[in-house]
Formats: sequence, structure tokens, C-alpha cells
Amino acid sequence: MLAAILVVAAVLLAFVGIGLRAEPGSGLGPADWAALRFTVVQALLSAFFSVILAVPLARALARRDMPGKRLLVTLLGAPFILPVIVAVLGLLAIFGRNGLVNQLFGVLGLPEVSIYGLHGVVLAHVFFNLPLATRLLLQGWQSIPGEHFRLVAQLDLPPAMVFQTLERPMLRQILPGAAALIFVICLTSFAVALTLGGGPRATTIELAIYQAFRFDFDLSRAAFLSILQLILAGAAAVLALRIIPDIPMGAGMDRRVKRFDARGGLQRAIDALCILLGGVFLLGPLLAVTLSGLAGLGQMPATVWQAAFTSLWVAALSVAVMLALALPLAGWIAIRDKGGAEAVGLIGLSASPLMLGVGWFILINPIADPVALSLPVTAVVNALMALPFALRIMVPGVRSALTGYGRLCVTLGLSSFQTWRWLILPRARAQIGFAAGLTGALSVGDLGVIALFSDPDRTTLPLQMYRLMSAYRTEAAAGAALLLLFMALAVFWICDRGGRWNADV
Amino acid sequence: MRKTTVIAATLLCAAQASADTPVLTVYAGDYFTSEWGPGPMIEEGFEAFCECDLQWSTGDLLPRLLLEGERTKADVVIGLTSDVTAKARATGLFGAHGQDNAALTLPVEWSDETFLPFNYGHTAFIYNETTMDAPPASFEEMLALPDDVKIVIQDPRTSISGLALVLWVQAVYGDKADEAWAQLAPKILTVTKDWSTSYGMFTDGEADMVLSYTTSPAYHMFAEEDFTKKAAIFPEGHYFMVETVGKIAKTEQPELADAFMAYVMSGDFQSMIPTANWSLPAALPKDQWPEGWSQLNLPENVLFYSEAESTELQTQAIETWRAALSQ
Repeated sequence: MLAAILVVAAVLLAFVGIGLRAEPGSGLGPADWAALRFTVVQALLSAFFSVILAVPLARALARRDMPGKRLLVTLLGAPFILPVIVAVLGLLAIFGRNGLVNQLFGVLGLPEVSIYGLHGVVLAHVFFNLPLATRLLLQGWQSIPGEHFRLVAQLDLPPAMVFQTLERPMLRQILPGAAALIFVICLTSFAVALTLGGGPRATTIELAIYQAFRFDFDLSRAAFLSILQLILAGAAAVLALRIIPDIPMGAGMDRRVKRFDARGGLQRAIDALCILLGGVFLLGPLLAVTLSGLAGLGQMPATVWQAAFTSLWVAALSVAVMLALALPLAGWIAIRDKGGAEAVGLIGLSASPLMLGVGWFILINPIADPVALSLPVTAVVNALMALPFALRIMVPGVRSALTGYGRLCVTLGLSSFQTWRWLILPRARAQIGFAAGLTGALSVGDLGVIALFSDPDRTTLPLQMYRLMSAYRTEAAAGAALLLLFMALAVFWICDRGGRWNADV
Repeated sequence: MRKTTVIAATLLCAAQASADTPVLTVYAGDYFTSEWGPGPMIEEGFEAFCECDLQWSTGDLLPRLLLEGERTKADVVIGLTSDVTAKARATGLFGAHGQDNAALTLPVEWSDETFLPFNYGHTAFIYNETTMDAPPASFEEMLALPDDVKIVIQDPRTSISGLALVLWVQAVYGDKADEAWAQLAPKILTVTKDWSTSYGMFTDGEADMVLSYTTSPAYHMFAEEDFTKKAAIFPEGHYFMVETVGKIAKTEQPELADAFMAYVMSGDFQSMIPTANWSLPAALPKDQWPEGWSQLNLPENVLFYSEAESTELQTQAIETWRAALSQ
């Protein structure tokens, strides 16, 4: 409860800060309406395709055990945390005019395919968010107790019936929330949407906010547009979370899941194809980033390593803040009947980080030097942004632990602390580890508010990379991007594995 | 052991020095103070004689100044471009720069007593001569290029170079700017938020031409010994871009701030600008430019809107661009 209030307060205070300095202004012009339309359309399409494509991929990964699966699942986290500029150049290396796909088409005598347009925006957003959707769904599959699969195997149900009885109810619980989350992420997309959208047709509200703040310095307009964005995100969250039915997941004996139902040849082939296609689509651009980065690794100045170190402790701090907020929130949300409470978490994400930064700058400035606090503020903003992901990941685990064993705890007279210590933390630690890993990785890769007021001696790795970029040092910047990718993955891997250490899931 | 003593002694000296020496706080753009920016050299050069400590503070210059207002800690602000000086001036924070504008060697007339230019460049489209056989020799030829030549530009709503481009088109085509944009539109591969993404797309071979600066080839020539990147020079003229330095009127270090302004105009400062900032010095005759720089291909005709003109034209020019490219 307290954590929920803190989150809302952190965001609202930022608005208060801006409100203090804003003057009443104008409404929406025709260009704004066009931006609003485009923002919603691309976010809807991106969310739809991300979750729909994630279903076969997650199902294939859940059903198959193969060498390198763990590595693949970890690598799948990477697109999500890439800095925009790196991801764009990586995507273009595959899908651009001179990209691999078009070169292949050229060899085959097919016409050139342009990535620029709405389809390019959706493609990029699917690239970013398909992994997230896949991980969320994978968790859903893993939450189906092994006994259930035993039972359907004993009854010899065909795959369609297995889907109907076990998988569909699970999907109905996970999909709406995942889609809402991705919708909100895509709402605030701006540089990717613009670049791959091919021009001003692909203007999103976030761009207008950026313009209002950085170029026109029209705080009231920026605040107004931010509130608009917040309403859209809030509406999406409430709508999606209302759809989620209250079917409690059954509790099992934590036996290892064995899929007796998916041993057929056709099922195998389908899964193999899904994993192959998904892997190529997601790992191709990453490979391009890696290859271009290798050449630059040797050219990186020493300050890049210092910046990497700074980024690491900012990430650690934001993981700590995220856990302090998310654990109590997840417990609170898990005992609600409806998922609407989860919308609280989405607020942090839908408020543009730029606005959060500016708002806090205005509030801090009279009291203390914002520059001295730039790193902690960055960490807190990162934690707020990661909170919705963390909740989406943690709530189902906490909820199923509580619904399955809550009554037992009450019967045994366990205190709240004991319940956390003996029931929730052990049962949800895989999710907690995943959430912590995602937060840390996001924080490592986020340029965030630090661009507004940075301390020249203490920069983060993404900022240092952008500096290299704007000084023509493209190769060294590519090296820094590779280092960033590696670090974010390492942070993710350590937390994620830490959560599953000694566990079967 | 001896090493430790030396370090301790140095630290002690440094601590004492910082207690006595006055501090000049200079706000600068983010790229400025990194080791590959001009900041470290400027700091070293100035501290060599000022008996002071120059401290940088980086970030988004104008938003930050506007947010801080009277409470700003800045004594001097360096790196304000001519398209934001109007807003910066309106804050009333800046005082007279106190230097003689006649010493400037800019290709345009400069009479501003508040903001002092320290470097400049022009907008230009950069191409790779190994992949582009027939680069356009004029803006007209550029508009007439076949549509499969792809150009990447920056968004005037989020980037200063993007804004300079729409003003450039406005200056060349005036009332017919919309037609020019309509002709250019099919060749625009995409629009990016910032210069870095555009330039990365160009160096990766995704685009044939990129909106950048006339000085961009200099980096490739002098730092990489790559002579294939060229700026297409148009007789219609190129839009002038300048970076300025301004003094905060209520600074607690007026003498130091004045000394810094004088230093900006000095030969020492000006002669390091080209290779430190990859741009042209604002107060240094061409014959004193570093070796090779005077051979850089620069436009003869320079277009520039004054602060007042550009403020007036900006909104319409951006809207013309947006409408033409949204078709």
C-alpha cells in the first residue's frame, strides 16, 4: 500500500514540479491529432503482433528441452535493453536498404523491400517487445503444474484439447496484461518510431513532448501532452486488466514438467520452426551490433570503462529501489480480486522519463544541487520505469503462491513476515530474479534523465556512447555499444540465474 | 611508500589550492567536455594563466538555464547555437560579452553584443564519392536527383541541424519551399531524431547522402585519413550555423568571466577549435587555420537569418516541411 502511494507520489510530484512553472496554454492542433492517432495505432499493432507471435515461440520453448535453450532465453532479453540508436542501426543492418534481407532478395532477383513505414515501426517494436512477451508467456507455461500435464497425458488428450483445457485459460490470464504493458511501452516510443516510420507521418506524442520541452520550452504544453499520454496508458491498463479472469492456477507438487503430449513429429517440427524463426529474427540484429562493435572495442578510451562502472552501480541502486517498491506492491495486488490495482505500476512507465526528470529537477533545484543528485535520480526513474514489468512478472507468482497455500499459512498462524520468508520468496524467487535482472539491464541501457543534467566527471555508459557518436567516433561508439550489450546481459543473467539457482524451473 | 607520500602531498596541495583559488563555472553542451571534445584543452589553456579553477557543468543548456533562472550557478555559458539565443536572451540572465565583434572572421555580419561566436560551420549534404558517381552541383540538381538516391535528414522539431535545414530551404526557395520539399520528399529515406543516428546510417551505407556540416569531411580527412567523404557545395548558398558563448550578468566572478571571454577570442583558443570541435574558428584568418583546413571545400555564398527573422519563420518553415513530408 505504502509502495503504491510512493509510486503515485513520485510521478505526481514530478507533475506538480512542472505545474509550478507552467502557464495555461493551448489545446491540440491538427498535427497533434495526427500524432495521437499514429501513436495509438502503432502501439495497438505493436502490442497485438508482439503477443500473438510470442504464443507459438513461448509454447515451443516451454515444450522443448534443447542444448543452448537457457542461453537463448537469456539472449532474448537483449533487444529490450538496447539503446535506441544501437537497436536501429542493428535492425537496419538486417532489414535496411543494404541489409542482409535485401541483399538476399537481390541475389534471388526479388525487388527491394523498404522497411520505412508503419510496418517498419511495428517490426522494430516487435523486435523490442517480442522477447518480453515470450518471457512472460513462458512463465505462464511454467506455472502450469507438471501434474496437470501428466493427467492430460493419461487421458490421452489430443494437442487441441490440451490447449483448450490447460493452455487457453493460462493465456487468458497472461495475454491481456502483457499486451497492455507492451502497448504502454510503445506509446512512449519516439526515436525508433520516427526513424523507421520514415518521417513526420510517424510522429508520436512523445516526440511532441520532447519538442515542447527541449525546443519550445513550453512546459504547460509538455505537461498537457504528458497527461494525455498518461490517460491513454491508464485506459489501456484498466481495460486489459478487467479482461483478466479470476481463474486461480492450480497448485501442484512442483514436480518437473514433462510434456507427454507434444512428442509427435509434427509438433516437434512446428516448435523447431518457431524457435528457428524467432531466434533468427531476434538474434540477427544483435549479431550485427556485435560484429560492428568488435572492431571498435580496442578504440575505446579509458573513460568508457569508468562510465561502465558508474552504470553498474546505478543499475544496482535501481534494482534495490525497484525491489523495495515492487515486493510490497506485488503482495498487495496479489490479494485483490481484480487486477485493476496493477494499473498503479503502469503509471511509472507511461509518464515520460523526460517529464519525470524535469519535474524532479524543478523540485530539487531550490533545495539541493540537481547535478550532484543526477545519478540517484536516474536510478529512481529507472526503477519506476521498470516497476510495471516487475509487477507483471512477479504478481502471478505471488498470487499463485497465495491462492495455493495462503489458507495453509493462515491455518498455521504464520505472521506476514513468515509468510514472505517461507512461502512467497521461495516460490516466487524465479520471478523476483527475472524482474531484478530486467530492471538492472534496463537501467544499464537507459540514457534516461541524465542527459538533462549530468556531472561531467561521472557519466553513464549510454551517455558516453552518445558522446562518442556525436564526436564522429562511430567505431568506438559501436565498441561501447557492444560493452553495454554485454554488461546488460551479464546483469540480467546474474539476477535471473540467481533467482533460479538450485531450482527446476 | 614514497609513492604514497607523493600522492598524499599532491592531494594536500590540490585541496589547499581549491580552497583558495576562485572557481569559474562554465555550462557547456554535453559533448563538449568529453575527452574527444574541446573542453579539456580549453580548461588546460585557460587554467594555465587564470589562477583559477575552471569547472564544467554539462547538460541541456537552454532548458537547464530556463529551469534554474536567477539561481543558476553558471558564470559563463558556452555552446548556445544561434537558433536558441533568442530564448536565452529573453531570460535576461546574460550581460554584454565585452569583446570586439570586429575581430571576428565570420562569413556573415555579426553585431550581437551579448552572444559571442566561437566557432561556425554550414549545413551541407555529405556523400561518399566512391558510391555516388554524379553528386549534385546545386540545390536544383539535388531536387532533380532520381528518386532512388536516398537522403537521410534530421527532424527540425528535435534537432538543431534539422531546423537549420528547413531554414536553408526557406532561404533558397522562399514561397516555393513547399514545392522544393515535395520534390525532395521521395528521396528522403527517413528523418531521425538526432544527427548521430543520421550520420550512423550514412556511414553504415544505409543512405547515399546525409544532412550534416561542411566541416564533416574534415574529421574523416584529418582523423581517419579517409578522403572519400565530401560535402556537396551548392552555389545557391549554405545555411550558416554558429555556436556562441555568453556571460551571466550577475556572475560572482566578473573578472574571470571577462578573462574567459577574451581567451575565447585568443589565437590559442581559436587555433585549437578546428581539430578539437571539427568546426571553423570564428576569429582566426583563414591563412592561420591548421594545416590542410584551408583546402576544405567551403561555400562562397552563405545564407543566414537573424535571430528575429528565424524566430518568425521557424514555425511556418517546420509546418511546410511537415506537410510536404507527410503526404
